[in-house]
Amino acid sequence: MKTFKIGGVHPPENKFSEKEPIQTLPLPKTVSIPLSQHLGVPAKPIVAKGDKVKTGQLIAKGEAFISANIHASASGKVAKIDAVMDASGYRKTCIIINVEEDEWEEGIDRDTSLIKDCSLSPKEIVDKVNENGIVGMGGATFPSHVKLMVPKGKKAEYLIINGVECEPYLTADHRMMLEKGEEIMVGITIQMKALGVDKAIIGIENNKPDAIKYMSSLAKDYKGISVEGLEVKYPQGAEKQLIKALINREVPSGKLPIEVGCVVHNVGTSFAVYEAVQKNKPLLERVVTVTGGILKKPANFWVRIGTPVNDLLEGAGGLPDNTGKVVSGGPMMGKALNDLNVPVTKGTSGIIIFSQQEAPRPPVQNCIRCAKCLTICPMGLEPYLLAILSDKKRVEECEEERILDCMECGSCLYICPSGRPLLDQIRVGKNLTQQMIRSRSN
Amino acid sequence: MSLLTVSGSPHVHADQSVSKIMYGVVFSLVPAMLVSFYFFGLAAILVTLTAVVSCMAFEYLIQKYLIKGPLTIFDGSAIITGILLAFNVPANLPLGIVVIGSAVAIGMGKMTFGGLGKNPFNPALVGRVFLMISFPVQMTTYPRPEPFSTAITDAVTGPTPLTVLKDGITRGETISDLVTRLPEYTSLMIGNIGGSAGEISGIFLILGGLYMLFRKIISWHIPLAYLGSAAIFSGIFWLINPEVYIDPLFHLFSGGLMLGAIYMATDYATSPMSPKGMLLFGVGCGFLTIIIRLFGAYPEGVAFSILIMNAFVPLINRGFKPKRFGEEVKNG
Repeated sequence: MKTFKIGGVHPPENKFSEKEPIQTLPLPKTVSIPLSQHLGVPAKPIVAKGDKVKTGQLIAKGEAFISANIHASASGKVAKIDAVMDASGYRKTCIIINVEEDEWEEGIDRDTSLIKDCSLSPKEIVDKVNENGIVGMGGATFPSHVKLMVPKGKKAEYLIINGVECEPYLTADHRMMLEKGEEIMVGITIQMKALGVDKAIIGIENNKPDAIKYMSSLAKDYKGISVEGLEVKYPQGAEKQLIKALINREVPSGKLPIEVGCVVHNVGTSFAVYEAVQKNKPLLERVVTVTGGILKKPANFWVRIGTPVNDLLEGAGGLPDNTGKVVSGGPMMGKALNDLNVPVTKGTSGIIIFSQQEAPRPPVQNCIRCAKCLTICPMGLEPYLLAILSDKKRVEECEEERILDCMECGSCLYICPSGRPLLDQIRVGKNLTQQMIRSRSN
Repeated sequence: MSLLTVSGSPHVHADQSVSKIMYGVVFSLVPAMLVSFYFFGLAAILVTLTAVVSCMAFEYLIQKYLIKGPLTIFDGSAIITGILLAFNVPANLPLGIVVIGSAVAIGMGKMTFGGLGKNPFNPALVGRVFLMISFPVQMTTYPRPEPFSTAITDAVTGPTPLTVLKDGITRGETISDLVTRLPEYTSLMIGNIGGSAGEISGIFLILGGLYMLFRKIISWHIPLAYLGSAAIFSGIFWLINPEVYIDPLFHLFSGGLMLGAIYMATDYATSPMSPKGMLLFGVGCGFLTIIIRLFGAYPEGVAFSILIMNAFVPLINRGFKPKRFGEEVKNG
């Protein structure tokens, strides 16, 4: 069974909602749509307070190279454009729409029948993806059209499709594959065409045997697409680890996957690409897993972007009494929320409820130098050392010890028997290191 | 609804803690401890108890009255130091000396540097070496194994296999002369020999080591590198002249080599962090042990070689990094 070689952990999987079909969540009363739901420059609003907007209408334009368009996720009146707390804990500018009905913009095909053939040229595909505001839906939210344009001098050989879903608890991608497998396949062929590659590999961890079986049976009808089962190991869904696991190539430090001829897209993104290109549908809804050991009805929902987290919790049976922590994203890399009205964005893969017993961090004790953090670090770094160097602000040594290779997967803090805040300190060190590097070029 | 916790990711944690690891080590030491109780009887029980209790007591006193910090005597680490110190001294050692050894191990070896995880040298070995230098006679008078013995300091004493060897070779005798006075291999492995209380039974120490490997408390690197290099270095000399240098199997199962390789050299705080560093550390320990045994003044060199290698750990950590992802790119 294939997997990556260096490090990795295997937290309890707790996929409570893997058997729950995706339901459509009722429309919320208001949606707050952030202008920055992607990596890169925030989009510029092109509507104003009081404007009537239709579902799917462009309301903010991504003008920079690395940016993405934002569309109205419901129809109604723009109530205001204001700063709203988002999952990161910062206030971000949002377009707030009072939802009236669900009147869709012209030209969006809402029929669910499968359209296989795509006659568009690669350039036209990239434009469609760009127009419809598609971003990476695994969590990193990198604008997808940028990834579909191979930089000059580089050549793409493989399209790697990420169906790993290595984060415990989350089941959104799993359900997508089971329910939207055909559309994902077509989305993959469209992306292959845009990139000019003839090989695509879908990586799926073998705790999802039904998805592996179903996707493999579909893949038979599509030339060049294969499905690979992978050993369950976190963080296999990280780009570099997934490429290593599937085709045994290592992306060099500080470089992108295209360096080794790969482009990596998530299965959810592939579905969004299908809808954008074949149905002209913008990215205005996504699948969100709402789960947790103490939640009454763990579920997977189709949710309009901008829906408050509270609405999702209602849909899953309400917030339990002894809730201690609410996390947006996976348990390893997600963010703990300090406000339950934060909106769902293009990158929200799940909402996880932890009980008061599960919520606190373990007590901090002396580092016993057990070297477990070093053994499990998937980038082959020394988290204990990076944490000390960060704490002592020895920034140059941080850089030498390759602190910027850290992708903040959280494995070190997960495994540490002394409960040391390794990743917290490393985050500070990464920031300081980036500052230092920036100041050098000035 | 009560307040929500907000903290950085990750939000799940492995079911691990310092005390779980420490008590895992204590549990793995039980078989070897029972063997020492069997062969050395009441004396071994008393020495072990005294060492454990006094190590915990000294840690408590220092944390409470000198450091005035949090009390951590029940995290299991002082218990391990106590057991290992007891394992490293003769079972008939007067209990007062055991208490002094514990004070040195905990006070000088561990707490001076800031307690758990901060000490550069293995505390139990610091205690042992201190006692060896301060009480050379008591520390080299080993009781003979006698099942269920109730004798304490009045036990029948005799030399350890390594002492027989060292004395014999120094007098110019050959291995074939000495072989009659040395124990059979089965006795060596089970522990029916003279020696420090806990070092005698290679088989049961290996059993404990396998348990620690299974629980992932230790990795295979240090024990294997230590034992392997000791076997290879002693094997080279044995091949050169089997009349002067005894075979590797005897070296592996005599003295404190098993105890050292499995329990003392693998101490977290005093061993390197990266797998490559661990291998180098183990090889260094094995090499030094054999050099001291064959050419040194002492018959046994495990304690000294581990302490010497402990001193190199910061340097090894600096020079031997784990294999970084994306460092050597071999694509194809």
